Amino acid sequence: MFKIVKREEMAQGTVILNEVEAPLIAKKAKPGQFVILKANETGERIPLTMADTDPEKGTITIIYMVVGKSTALFRDLKVGDVYQDVIGPLGKATHLEEVGKVVCVGGGTGVAVLHPITRALKEVGNGVTCIIGARTKDLLILEKEMEAASHELQVCTDDGSYGHHGFVTEVLKDVLEEGDIQLVVGIGPVPMMKAVCNLTKEYNVKTLVSLNPIMIDGTGMCGGCRVTVGGKTKFACVDGPEFDGHEVNFDELMLRLQAYLEEEKESNDHYCNLSNA
Amino acid sequence: MADKPKKEKIPRQPMPEQESKVRAKNFDEVPTGQSPEAAMKEAARCIQCKKPACVTGCPVGVDIPGFIKLVKEGEFTQAITKVWEKNSLPAVCGRVCPQELQCEEVCILGKKGDPVAIGNLERFVADYERQNKKAPPMEKAAPSGKRVAVVGSGPSGLTVAGDLILKGHDVTIYEAFHKPGGVLVYGIPEFRLPKEIVFSEVAGLEAMGAELECNAVVGRSVTLEELFEQDYDAIFLGVGAGLPRFLNVPGENLVGIFSANEYLTRSNLMKAYLFPEYDTPVIKGKNVITLGAGNVAMDSARTALRLGAKKSRIVYRRSRDEVPARGAEVHHAEEEGVEFHFLTAPTKFLGNEKGRVTGMEGLKMELGEPDESGRRSPIPIEGSEFELECDLAIIAVGAGPNPLLTQSTEGLKLNRWGYIKADERTGKTSKKAIWAGGDIVTGSATVILAMGAGRAAADSIHEYLTLGW
Ligand SMILES: Cc1cc2nc3c(=O)[nH]c(=O)nc-3n(C[C@H](O)[C@H](O)[C@H](O)COP(=O)(O)OP(=O)(O)OC[C@H]3O[C@@H](n4cnc5c(N)ncnc54)[C@H](O)[C@@H]3O)c2cc1C
Ligand code: SF4
Ligand code: FES
Repeated sequence: MFKIVKREEMAQGTVILNEVEAPLIAKKAKPGQFVILKANETGERIPLTMADTDPEKGTITIIYMVVGKSTALFRDLKVGDVYQDVIGPLGKATHLEEVGKVVCVGGGTGVAVLHPITRALKEVGNGVTCIIGARTKDLLILEKEMEAASHELQVCTDDGSYGHHGFVTEVLKDVLEEGDIQLVVGIGPVPMMKAVCNLTKEYNVKTLVSLNPIMIDGTGMCGGCRVTVGGKTKFACVDGPEFDGHEVNFDELMLRLQAYLEEEKESNDHYCNLSNA
Repeated sequence: MADKPKKEKIPRQPMPEQESKVRAKNFDEVPTGQSPEAAMKEAARCIQCKKPACVTGCPVGVDIPGFIKLVKEGEFTQAITKVWEKNSLPAVCGRVCPQELQCEEVCILGKKGDPVAIGNLERFVADYERQNKKAPPMEKAAPSGKRVAVVGSGPSGLTVAGDLILKGHDVTIYEAFHKPGGVLVYGIPEFRLPKEIVFSEVAGLEAMGAELECNAVVGRSVTLEELFEQDYDAIFLGVGAGLPRFLNVPGENLVGIFSANEYLTRSNLMKAYLFPEYDTPVIKGKNVITLGAGNVAMDSARTALRLGAKKSRIVYRRSRDEVPARGAEVHHAEEEGVEFHFLTAPTKFLGNEKGRVTGMEGLKMELGEPDESGRRSPIPIEGSEFELECDLAIIAVGAGPNPLLTQSTEGLKLNRWGYIKADERTGKTSKKAIWAGGDIVTGSATVILAMGAGRAAADSIHEYLTLGW
């Protein structure tokens, strides 16, 4: 049992932060790695990349957007409630090395995943520019934290309610124009990562992305998380979750993420009926 | 002198089963179990051979005539104690062991008629005990103060744990999944092996004092070195052969194409067949193709029927004679309506604009010369292209060793396929104080062979803990 010690609604009802007691995972986890959580006996196994860890306190932090039944179930857990199962740390850690100037681009809750990676890239001596974005101001998360984790922060919203009016790629283009960027890390919704990669390809700048396919075990035994990278099938849970973005087949990933749209609706309706009964 | 009245020959007692039309729509167990009377009648068929062939056919050497005699006398509780001497998971083995290739294949009665139904009797005594709980617990040796970590809670790991607990050692089982049991829980479906049986066996181990740590992915959550730092004296690796094989043909990543591992794990472990009461979904195909013809393929094709498939087809590149699945499983599958397409192999999957599978393209095969495995290898027939429609495809063409743990462990010798090299007799690996057994050593095999390997390793570990390496 893994107790929730802190809970925050970063955007009301839709973006939730949980700090969870998981001392063994907190001690081992490295930036870029993920955990799988299951709320209760009948729950689904949901992979989430850790937004932070505190080895001393023995806690990990996850941030998620409420999109379906399982995340709705997570949302309804209060401080003091438990996750029945938390498994991790899983996946390969981010390869950290000093390369020079780095740009970290985050969209939506992808910013949460980007946070520890950004901090670590800065710690190993890189000059880190950060560009984060969201649909609208209320959905923007971790602005203060990202400011602290990088040397320079730029903020965008799709609707112009805050910061630059437009997409992260527009700001990224300006930064790339200035030249001398060695590495871009792009994490967010699939269309955003695809757009970032298309852009950085033009500038020939190496780009890392963190993929979030549907998973079951997270240990390489089901192949449900398979993604095509450089024309080859990879298991995101053990070969990733980070990959060279210029090699990833994003269209396939997008389609695979929609595998259960109908079932998700059925599950959600079932949950709403139960909650309202 | 009048002729001695001829002893009436008792026929082999049938195992009652759910009717095929009914059972193909539910997840309840197919065979429903025998009555005590039928079991005793069956037991009376055994002629109590002086040199029982059946025992030599049993990979763990259960005293078969011994326990059968007790069944005949109605001493069911004594019978289970007799079975337990050699086999700690009889309710499981009675259901899933290939007896027709082991004890029953060599039973003397089989020479002229039907062999004694040893598997059914084993199942009967185990079920009787689970329902009545009358047998005294096995005796535990005095505490040795030694600690053993068992990695993986499949049949090999559970056997090691059970044996070493009885020998007085402290045992902790580390399991990557959130539930113990290995393939018994995530792979073999409920209709062949009710999960309640596996959990009851594990609960028994815990009651004897074994510790169980689920959600522990050894190699990630904790390494073997770290386990030794935590003062374990020995480690057993029973992590199975869990890496799914794919066909590597175009279109394989379309939505609606699963590895059998994923399909069965969703359905069994995550209980997708109870969706939406359980949250994990699985795609419920109406027209399903399963590639491969082993036990895993049969389980997949039969699960698909139960999840509402109108058509469930097995596509296999060899002929009926080479089918690796148990005869009984093939028979059950056919009874339930699974169709078989032999000598056909996929070359490509077809999909629609939503990226969902709509069919497969394939070629007809003919059989050539036998290969190293002794099986005749399939050769494509030129110009024999054909198409089959489907909305779900399950790839059940075998499994390999998962490198997650083995690659995070320096000095652990592997063979050229990536399985752990271990001494055949003792299970000792190339690394001191580490043993291995089950599918991670042999490649995909059987429950009973994994248990046999567990037993041998437990003996060797015990010897090490008392005498040294
Ligand atoms: C669908 C299916 C049907 C089958 N039907 C039959 C049958 O009818 N009869 C029969 O005799 N055999 C059958 N088999 C084969 C049989 O189940 C296996 O041979 C047997 O289970 C192997 O046992 P094992 O202990 O080696 O490993 P497994 O049962 O594979 O268990 C290994 C366990 O280790 C865990 N693990 C893996 N890696 C780690 C790690 N790094 N850290 C912690 N834990 C880890 C796994 O999660 C798993 O629980 C079937 C197999 C399948 C897949
Ligand atoms: S070989 Fe058959 S008849 Fe002989 S002891 Fe074994 S089960 Fe009984
Ligand atoms: S989640 Fe199962 S192999 Fe990656």
